[in-house]
Amino acid sequence: MVARVQVPKDARRGEVIRIGILIQHPMETGYRLDSANQKVPKNAIRRFSCRYNGAEIFSAEMSPGIAANPFLQFATRAAESGTLEFSWVDDEGQQGSATEPIKVT
Amino acid sequence: MKRRSFIAAALGLPLLARAQAQSREDFFNSFDPDGLVKSVTGGKSAQRGRVNLELPLLADNGNSVPMKVSVESPMTEADHVKTLRLLSERNPERAMAVFHLGPRAGVAEVSSRVRLAGTQRVVALAEMSDGSLYMGTADVVVTLSACLDGAG
Repeated sequence: MVARVQVPKDARRGEVIRIGILIQHPMETGYRLDSANQKVPKNAIRRFSCRYNGAEIFSAEMSPGIAANPFLQFATRAAESGTLEFSWVDDEGQQGSATEPIKVT
Repeated sequence: MKRRSFIAAALGLPLLARAQAQSREDFFNSFDPDGLVKSVTGGKSAQRGRVNLELPLLADNGNSVPMKVSVESPMTEADHVKTLRLLSERNPERAMAVFHLGPRAGVAEVSSRVRLAGTQRVVALAEMSDGSLYMGTADVVVTLSACLDGAG
């Protein structure tokens, strides 16, 4: 699963920064029919989490109520330089992850 | 007669406008945010306020509606938003998403894009670190619903 992450390259200590992520995923509702008129089973990113140097700062439980190719934006206070790790898993058990460095001055 | 009809029109017009506005209001008021909140909290009700849910007044396509929710909270260790729920009465799945926040967030603000199965009053429910519940609502007119049937 491909994802695009928006994290400011550098931030000042204590500054509130916005983190955005866009994940490529159909977020199947379970109500849609395919070309053979068969129901496409429900498949959504069930859990998403963001860790800042190992500590979880944000997580989400999602459903097909979130649009396809889910976009999430949340905030965190820049604490120290390091990495932001994103990980998620969908209903089929497929996992995805992304990391992004951050420099705090 | 001219004068009389003019007066009648002058009196009638605002009445008509009000009747229309009321039917729209009535529709949104037919939703029961308190009941919706209670169904996910196990009977606990939430106070109104502090939660600000932003949705467009009119969404052309219910498959992707931009949403932003923010909560007035200092976001300190002692007083912060623990969870934020997005609830819909008309969607097949009532809880669209649950967001877990913490004191490290700095501000309680989450944006995303949601699917909406029709015109409705959407509810955002926040649970604070002390266990208190607050909610905010937003009315959104959805021209094309997120499809539940085979069409798309």
